[in-house]
Amino acid sequence: MTSAQWASLIQAAVVFGTVIMYGAIGEIITEKSGNLNLGVPGIMYLGGIAGLAVAFLYENSVADPSRLVSFILSFGAAFLAAALGGLIFSILTISLRVNQNVTGLTLTIFGGGVANFFGGSLNKLAGGVGQISVARTSSVYRATLPGVSSMSPMMKAVLGYGFMVYLAIILAILATWFLNRTHTGLNLRAVGESPATADAAGINVTKYKYLATCIGAGISGLGGLYYVMDYIKGTWANDGAIETLGWLAVALVIFALWKPVNATWGSYLFGVLFWLYYYIQGLNRASQEIFKMLPYIVTIAVLVIVSIRRKRDMGPASLGLSYFREER
Amino acid sequence: MSDIHGGKDPLVRIAKRSTISKPKAWAIRLISLLLALVVCAILIYSIVKMNPLQVYVSMWKGAFGSSRRAWITARDVMMLLCIAVGLAPAFKMKFWNIGAEGQILVGGIVTAACMIYLPQLPGPVLFLVMLAASLLAGAVWGVIPALFKARWNTNETLFTLMMNYVAIQLTSFCVAKWENPPGSNSIGVINQTTHAGWFPSLFGQAYALNVIIVMIITVAMFFYLRDSKQGYEIAVVGESQNTARYAGISVGKVFIRTMIISGAICGLAGFIAVSGASHTISTSTAGGRGFTAIIVAWLAKFNTFTMILISLLLVFLDKGAIEIATAYNLNDYASEMITGIILFFILGSEFFINYRLIFRGHHKEVE
Repeated sequence: MTSAQWASLIQAAVVFGTVIMYGAIGEIITEKSGNLNLGVPGIMYLGGIAGLAVAFLYENSVADPSRLVSFILSFGAAFLAAALGGLIFSILTISLRVNQNVTGLTLTIFGGGVANFFGGSLNKLAGGVGQISVARTSSVYRATLPGVSSMSPMMKAVLGYGFMVYLAIILAILATWFLNRTHTGLNLRAVGESPATADAAGINVTKYKYLATCIGAGISGLGGLYYVMDYIKGTWANDGAIETLGWLAVALVIFALWKPVNATWGSYLFGVLFWLYYYIQGLNRASQEIFKMLPYIVTIAVLVIVSIRRKRDMGPASLGLSYFREER
Repeated sequence: MSDIHGGKDPLVRIAKRSTISKPKAWAIRLISLLLALVVCAILIYSIVKMNPLQVYVSMWKGAFGSSRRAWITARDVMMLLCIAVGLAPAFKMKFWNIGAEGQILVGGIVTAACMIYLPQLPGPVLFLVMLAASLLAGAVWGVIPALFKARWNTNETLFTLMMNYVAIQLTSFCVAKWENPPGSNSIGVINQTTHAGWFPSLFGQAYALNVIIVMIITVAMFFYLRDSKQGYEIAVVGESQNTARYAGISVGKVFIRTMIISGAICGLAGFIAVSGASHTISTSTAGGRGFTAIIVAWLAKFNTFTMILISLLLVFLDKGAIEIATAYNLNDYASEMITGIILFFILGSEFFINYRLIFRGHHKEVE
């Protein structure tokens, strides 16, 4: 491979990885509270469609839409809609004590339904024709630093992205600091490890679980927003791609051993594995399909290795279990 | 206790019900379903401005409006039911097999392979070969995660999930290999003229055999789970692995054995989907039903007869929503949105069956 090809592979991997990095960071925060939310794909769908829909409505209602306003609206809507998905999950699993896995899967079905329905119909409902598109809002997300176009390919592979790529890294660092260095983060981890102990120590378990799940969902939803606004440039495609990415984000949490910083390089590695087939010479279409199994097989290998090592880093001890104070 | 809350009892307390009568439990479920339908009606109204009652009438037409439609609905109910029945033993032992999609696909792949490479075999022989191959393929796909779970306690939820994607890529590979006509990126209907490997029509109905096969499995699984020793072992492992070990049950062995059965039935569902319904294979052959079936099995509390009702409800909603979406030139995903809302309500209703709320001031003692 030439260096230009390497640069292009890295670029593809970073853009791909950023989508799942948001999903994984959000899910790590959620899982630290002991909630295993399998609704990440649905939540990313909700985030993506909410950002797109709000930007679409705004761009269509104003003659000269302001970039700043359309950015604030779409970003806020994506976070809120995704957090709302987290709230549905929280009400069902924390207050109504429904099984977490089943609720998460239902949330994935629901989120995918909502997003694909409105993604495919919004333009028609608004009386337009053809595919939905929010070029102006998308351009905010895709804006790069000035002077990037004249840089060498390798420099572009480091500096040539929209701001959300860097925001994801900052978020990962912030999340690490929050979980390991703050009192609230310590409490949150305590809730995830042993809710009964945390409860006895005076921590409001229900509040922590609700907040961690909703905020975590909001962050995961940004992955959907990034996908819609940057990856596919402010349009919509009913191809199920967000669902696949959402499941990869769930897998990435385990791959990263529940550490947000690991999720950064882990997500880029997933991106490299995902796009590698494109850069290997001499593959025909059929063998490309076999090659595309790579990220999934690597994930399985990691799962197996983690389970064989059986170290303490297997995730929060109460993960996936509901906590009922009166049923201790 | 009341001191902490500033001298007041909390507004609502929650107490576990010791028992609840069957009619009352079903009444709660029915109320939740009605509430869900009301919410959906409001949603549909706000989108298409259609009289909500009219909505449900045309949904009914979409699912059962003609004998042809009713049979297609029946075919899809059987498909969902078959997968749910396959998942039931796995979930009953709390093995989170979310890999049904993959198990269906590999079952479908080997079925399609038999139809493509062995069309010269006599019909009944080909049928048996496809049956055996799909059972085997599904079983292999299902048992791999179980082997690792049994040996190293590897997380089966993500393992089975990743196996889905491996199966999807395998399907894409086969589609690229078998594509017909070349360049279409699809296989098209296999054996369109000879109908080799297609389910035969019984009693003049193309899908009668689907119904018969799935009903046999449904009844068999009911008795397997309720009356057999293996079914009992599954229940014990599901309740508590430690109890199972103490009772001398080899938990790993039960995992492996049950996942062979579970995977095989999902593989069979792939056989039915390819040979008995679409006569082709694509990456959307499973179409998310592997996930929906989990919820079917869970809501039915692994009772395979209850699963018939729930599958019927979900497929009815699906067909109905598609009918409305088509009438208004909208897309089909409306059905998933509606399904999601209804499932949220039904899942939430279980809480009110298992617990009761005691409001402040009601000093009825807990029994």
